[in-house]
Amino acid sequence: MDFRLTDDQEALRAGMRQLLDRHFGPTALRHAADPLAHHAPNAELTRLWAELGAAGLFSLRADESAGGVGLGLPEAVLVFEETGRALLPGPLVATHLAGSWGLVPGAAEGRVVVTAMDAGRPSPDVTSPPGGTAPDGMLVEHLEAADAVLVVGDGEVRLLETTGSDLAGAVKDGEQAGSPPAAAAAPAPVPVRSVDPLSPLHRVVARPASDSRPVAGDQEEGPGARRGQRSGDGVGQEPGDGPEERLPTVAGRGKWLPAVDVPGKWLPTGDADVLRREAGVLTAAQQLGSARRTLEMAVGYAREREQFGRPIGTFQAVQHLCAGMLVRAQTARSAVYAAAVTQESEEAYAAKLLADEAATSNARDCLQVFGGMGFTWEAEVHLHLKRAWLRAEQWGTSAAAEERLAAALL
Amino acid sequence: MDLTCTPEEEEFRARLRTWLARELPTLPPRPDPLDWPARRAYDMDWQRRLHEAGYAGLHWPEDAGGQDATPTQHLIFLEETEAAGAPYVGAGFVGLLHAGPTIAAEGTAEQRARWLPPILSGDQVWCQGFSEPDAGSDLASLRTRAVRDGDHYVVTGSKIWTSHAEVADWCELLVRTDPEAPRHRGITWLALPMDAPGVTVRPLRTLAGSTEFAEVFLDEVRVPVTHRVGEENDGWRVTMVTLSFERGTAFVGEVVACRRTLRLLAKRARKTGRWDDAVLRRRLGRLNAEFTALWRLIQWNVSEAAHGLRHGGTGVPAEGASVFKLRYSHARQELYDVAAAVLGPDALDLTREWTRERLSSLSYTIAAGTSQIQHTILAERVLGLPKGR
Repeated sequence: MDFRLTDDQEALRAGMRQLLDRHFGPTALRHAADPLAHHAPNAELTRLWAELGAAGLFSLRADESAGGVGLGLPEAVLVFEETGRALLPGPLVATHLAGSWGLVPGAAEGRVVVTAMDAGRPSPDVTSPPGGTAPDGMLVEHLEAADAVLVVGDGEVRLLETTGSDLAGAVKDGEQAGSPPAAAAAPAPVPVRSVDPLSPLHRVVARPASDSRPVAGDQEEGPGARRGQRSGDGVGQEPGDGPEERLPTVAGRGKWLPAVDVPGKWLPTGDADVLRREAGVLTAAQQLGSARRTLEMAVGYAREREQFGRPIGTFQAVQHLCAGMLVRAQTARSAVYAAAVTQESEEAYAAKLLADEAATSNARDCLQVFGGMGFTWEAEVHLHLKRAWLRAEQWGTSAAAEERLAAALL
Repeated sequence: MDLTCTPEEEEFRARLRTWLARELPTLPPRPDPLDWPARRAYDMDWQRRLHEAGYAGLHWPEDAGGQDATPTQHLIFLEETEAAGAPYVGAGFVGLLHAGPTIAAEGTAEQRARWLPPILSGDQVWCQGFSEPDAGSDLASLRTRAVRDGDHYVVTGSKIWTSHAEVADWCELLVRTDPEAPRHRGITWLALPMDAPGVTVRPLRTLAGSTEFAEVFLDEVRVPVTHRVGEENDGWRVTMVTLSFERGTAFVGEVVACRRTLRLLAKRARKTGRWDDAVLRRRLGRLNAEFTALWRLIQWNVSEAAHGLRHGGTGVPAEGASVFKLRYSHARQELYDVAAAVLGPDALDLTREWTRERLSSLSYTIAAGTSQIQHTILAERVLGLPKGR
């Protein structure tokens, strides 16, 4: 047993930090968050995706025979920790899963942007409401920039094409005239004024199961076929009776792609849980990276900032805030790394719960150490807090994790 | 990031399990918790059995009579003995975890030969005379005086929080030998025989009603100079050589036990219907995450310690030890607060084990370095914040 990072893992992490510093360093972050700067967010994301794809972020865990890097979840966790630290925007986890599992052609290379929707309960016997039937709907990040949506439902995963479909139009223009009759009843994805300036959000309301028969839309082929990388079998087919009916329809637009057509790499029952668990662990890793970053920021500021003629870091009240942040970060680290190694469901819930807490509470304490400066847009602390809030809502909330972890005790 | 054990470690675990399965049914009944002589006898009987089976002083160096086991083997030992319901180290705590390792590291050949074998075999019990009424967190301000008189020191003062003082044979004692020197430089480490004339032990009743601690009064007690370990006035360094060990792995068995208690709490809540209370259920779920993470934190610390030992280090680094101590002591208190919520009115019944544990858990954020001291250690020594006043 040696829980510490291997030399290779240390090198991977250091390499990722350097790479992100080049492609999304402090200047880029400031620009991206600048409300007065000129932005073309979708184009910027496309450019960033190409860089990240070339660096292997999305193909990290794909087999080498499939052009991937062939690494494991622990390595992915280290890399995602760095993305959290750098506040790298975009649906990184979803595209990484799509690329590493071989679900969406082009995802591994960063040629397509894949976002995700967590649309089901992780598994039966949970008392908290699943996202899929929540009356408030589900939030999907970067929907406009996305070429496909990975919809993770109850024990099943489906892909939803956005590019070139009715959905894309709906996303951009709201409800349109001339929609298919079946879709007209369902609301279109509604843009949300996102609290995180770097993460555009849409609200998607699912219809109840009895009314959730997906709409085939037009009869074009799916994104895979369009790119000439998929076999035609099953692509774009109208789903029949069965599990698909439990999936939300995303405003009744777009096409359900029964992604089984990816050769040798589709998800039998149970794999949706694996996918969701991996998404949770990778999101937890991002939270961990953020928690460690805000700790560094707080300590750096406490060393420099002087009041009453000495650095505020000499005051125990400030020292103990910082020490508490370290405790949270290191506890979360143990949980996140262990979840990556063991890939057990209980460990994954613990990792998400503790990493969410570490990221949100550390950002809060960092803001407190920064004092008045912490309340400014300029200080960047708020960006960590807002992203931490967003991630805490993704891939398993604290409430859901606590319920699952309680049930596991019986 | 490797959490698997080597084949040798798994073999060690298997052998230990077999031995425990054979040995535990032959143990005498557990003694009355308030009967300290009986508890000493019970704990020492267990130590003798460990000694005969080759498990005594597992983490001690071989030339001190130990097994020179790796930190991982030590972790496995603590995990397996607790999981099997074996006795805790009990009265052997100070001898095996602090005084012994200190003598092994700093003692002369003669001192090692005299004091170490009876610790390992369970024949002698040690207690710790460090804290004083006016020297708690600020241990270096201790004032118990030792004045050289020929080949003896004459010791006068008082010590507090001394566990097992009533039944101990020896006390590892910190005394001030040079009142003029800077605080850390005038301290000396002595082995005090508890039956020496002038030693008075007065039990201290804790809020939990137990008398596990005592005050020790020293009135011109004569201690031979040959009982000094290390140089005169070098006692602070001598003590610190092994003190970090106490914080590193001392709580392994307890975390295993807490995880078991947590499962019992959930089952009990389910039985009594309190499980329907979502607030209680979620507190239980959060504790599950806490103790899962704490176990992983132990493995992280043990990995760091093993790496350190291979490169000349002495054990669990301060960062991991303090992080663990802070998080664990808080989690343990929350565990027994939740236990009270599960028990309902029965939480007021002192015959309930969880009620008694709830009371004793109150010491966890105070003993072995208060939470406030731990925060300061992390802030100044690990995060490098400028020293406060």
